[in-house]
Formats: sequence, C-alpha cells, structure tokens
Amino acid sequence: MTSKTAKIRLKSISKSFIVNGKPKPVLTDIDFTVNEGELVSIVGPSGCGKTTLFNVIAGLEEADAGMVEVNGDPTNQRLGKIGYMHQKDLLLPWRTVLDNTTLGLELQGVSRHQARQKALDLTETFGLKGFENQYPFALSGGMRQRASFLRTMLLDQDIMLLDEPFGALDALTRAQMQEWLLKLWYSVKNTIVLVTHDIDEALLLSDRIYVLSARPAKVKMILDVNLPRPRHYHKLASQPAFVGMKARLLDSLHRESRKKRGYSNERE
Amino acid sequence: MNGNEYLSAAKSWIIPLLILVGLVVVWELGVQIWDVPKWQLPAPLTIIQELVGSRSLLWKHTLVTMKEVVLGFVVALVVGLLLAMGIAYSRILERSVYPIIISSQTIPIIAIAPLLLIWVGYGITSKVIVVALICFYPITVNMVDGLKAVSADMVRMMRTLGASRWQIFTKLQIPISLPYLFSGIKVGISISVIGAIIGEWVGASAGLGYLMTYSQPLFLTARVFAAIVVLSVMGISLFVLTSLAERIALSWHYREKRDKNLDT
Repeated sequence: MTSKTAKIRLKSISKSFIVNGKPKPVLTDIDFTVNEGELVSIVGPSGCGKTTLFNVIAGLEEADAGMVEVNGDPTNQRLGKIGYMHQKDLLLPWRTVLDNTTLGLELQGVSRHQARQKALDLTETFGLKGFENQYPFALSGGMRQRASFLRTMLLDQDIMLLDEPFGALDALTRAQMQEWLLKLWYSVKNTIVLVTHDIDEALLLSDRIYVLSARPAKVKMILDVNLPRPRHYHKLASQPAFVGMKARLLDSLHRESRKKRGYSNERE
Repeated sequence: MNGNEYLSAAKSWIIPLLILVGLVVVWELGVQIWDVPKWQLPAPLTIIQELVGSRSLLWKHTLVTMKEVVLGFVVALVVGLLLAMGIAYSRILERSVYPIIISSQTIPIIAIAPLLLIWVGYGITSKVIVVALICFYPITVNMVDGLKAVSADMVRMMRTLGASRWQIFTKLQIPISLPYLFSGIKVGISISVIGAIIGEWVGASAGLGYLMTYSQPLFLTARVFAAIVVLSVMGISLFVLTSLAERIALSWHYREKRDKNLDT
C-alpha cells in the first residue's frame, strides 16, 4: 500500500461553524488518506460532520486549519475536479435522463453531440438503456440514482465521493446497487470514498473503514478490511472475519452514539 | 392528449358555458317582457347588432387599447424581471426596495392616473405606464420567489460539476423560476386590460375606454356593452395565449403533474 500514490490526503483538518455567534467545532484534527484505486468508507454517528468533511474534500468549503491535498496538489482549485454524488439524486426535472447525465460535460464546454455520444456509450452499463428520453420522475429510485451516478462518472474524474448514495433506497434495491457498484469499480478502478450509515455496506465494499467520533468529529478508529475479493454479501455475512469486524465497528459506533446523546442533552 | 382527455376537457367547459347561455337567455327574455328601454339596458341581441354594426369603429379603438396593453405589459415584464433579479441577489435591495414595492400597491392606480396626464400628457405613454404599474407587481413578487426557490443542495451539485455562477443562474435558477414567473404573468395579464381602461377613462382621445366614456353620456348604452364584450374577449384571449405559452415552455412540469395524478 505504501508504494501506491495518495489521491487524497488530509492533514490535521479542523473546521468550525459559527452558531449564534459562537464557533461550534465540527471537525477536529482529522488525518485521512486514500490511495489510488482504493475504496474507503467513512462511518460515524449521524450528524457527526461526515458531509462537512466531504464538502471540504470537494472544495465546496475550506477548512479552518490543516492541509488538503488532492492528486498531490495542495491548492484550493478542487471544484469540478472531484466527482461528488449526494444522497439525493438531484436530477433536474426539466431535463431528460440523457440531458441530465450530460450536464457536467455541458458545463465544462463539451459539445452537445460529443457529450451525448459519451453518455449513450454508458447507458447500458448504468442500466438506463431505453430510458434516455424519459424524464426523471418516470424512473424508479435506483434508476434515478444510477443516472445521477452516470452524470458524475462522465466527467472522468478519478476520484469519486459518494455521500450515502444508497441511503434513500429500499433494502433490495440497495443490495443490487452495492453489487453493481463493486462490479463497476472492479472495471474502472477509480478511487472512491463512501460515506455510509450501513456497516454491512461498508464491510462489503471497502478496503478500509474510518470510524468518526460524535461531533466534533475525530478519527476514532481505522479498520483495514482484508477480506478477499470479489465479495458477495450472502457469502460474507457468515464468515468469522466479517462477523468479528462487524462487532468491533458496532461496539465503537454504539459508544459514540451514546456520547452523542449525552452531548445533545448537555445542550438542552 | 388523447381522445379521452379532450372529451373530459370539453366536459369541464360545458357546464359553465350552459350557465352563461342560460343567463343570456333570461336577460334577453327579461328585457323583452318588461320592455326595458334600450338606453337603460340593451338586450343581448341588440348588443350583438351593435357589435356587428359598429365593427370598424370598435376595431379601430380595440387596436389602440391592445397596443397600450401589449406595450405596458412588455415594460412591466422587463422592469419586473430586472427588479426581481436585483432583489433576489442583493441583500441591500431586498431590504430597501422590496418594502417600497410592496407598500406601493396600497396606492390606488386611479389616483395616480390623473397625475400621469399632467406629467406625460394625453398620448399613449400615460396608458402604457398605468398598465405597467398594474402588471409589474405580480411579476416581480412571483419571480423573486422563483429565484429563491433553488435548494442549496442543487447549487452544491452544480458547483461540484464545475458550474460558474452564470451557469448556475441560466441552467438552474431560470428553469426553476419559470413556473413562478408564469403565475405572475397570468395574474398580470388578466388585470392589464383594467389598467388600460383606467388610463383611458382619465383622459384619452382613442381606445375602448375612451369609446365608453364618450358613448355613455350620449346614452349609446349598447355601444358601451359592445366595448365591454370586446374588452373581456381581449382579456380572455391574452390569458389563453399566456397559458398556451406556459404549456409549451413548461411541458416537463405538466407531464410530471399529470403522471403524479395518474399514480394517486
């Protein structure tokens, strides 16, 4: 792993928001590294600042202290260079599926014809074939999410941030999407960072899992998931290594959730 | 739309139409039975005769009023859009100009109209200004709401795709605010005709409002009614035209609404 190059490197990142005139820390002293071609997950109690961390990596917000380095470049020019997929699909309802997927290319000045060609080449992989000219509301949740995914993928960024991409889907669709994401990742081999609430999902997909503490978030635990690939949930779920790691993660998270409750009581 | 939808659309029109026809028949019979004098209340048939007989006179004045309405509306649209953008993007303008615009609506237009005559004269300008004053308000207020209806998530999504501020405006905010803008335009266009008539009543030398104020003291009541009929046809036509433009521009919006209705 040391031979690989770091795609994302955060060093001692801190960030506060001003609430009612007082600074409220969200992230404290976060170190975080993702190497080329890795799939890394971030789990943590809800509201702990995972999305803020993503916003900092993507360049939507700047950290108060610390260093963000993407592709070895420590400057602030990150917007438009990192693929970022939100929990909500955020498709534009007035555009067809095809026109939604080409939005990013269009914004970057790629010609309409080229952009469409590029999208059409991938609609089959993304399970959108035959729906190119439909409007988003006519699609199922899973399809909308895949369309949103394709919109992000078409920009050819080698880093993807996925903020609970499957959180809004039903269990069955979620499982299908996880398998689909793994297959895609095996073939594209890009660098993926995933925020999730779902420990099974994190274990199934990741090379490494970062557990964040309750707000203000610190890195509480880093877990290397050395399970063999390709992984399938129904085979993994009963393996002792998987069960052991799941127990460790659950234990760590439960303790944080309890702390978080104490924290919110203190505020009230 | 398929055949069934046309049928149900037609059905929704039938009942109001029948009520209207019924009222007109009662009116016609009432005038004939009680022998109401023509100068007091002309019967519908008399009004129709007037419409046909004075058609060239009516047409001449209709063109004048139409011109005032269209020009006034265009001015209102341009001013309304510029104001809305200013208010939506500038905190200072929102705090300073917006309250003034809102309170300006408490001043009756009919009180301002005579002043306009003093300032800009009897020509078309004073009428265009009255129409614009009446129309710009719903357009501005709705457009401000529309420009603010964009969710922070959507803006973040656009930014991570590398969108500039201008691209966020043209490709995200404009489409989102269009349904709001059309609501404002529909309200504005329905009352624009009233503005033109007020402007003409106060002082004019042509137009349907002028024709009414000119015919009324001569007890040409049928002509006053004919002018009213033409005015309401004008108002309805403008509204229908706007609705058609809306249907075309917002076809995605209507398709989505229709599909949701089918689901439930």
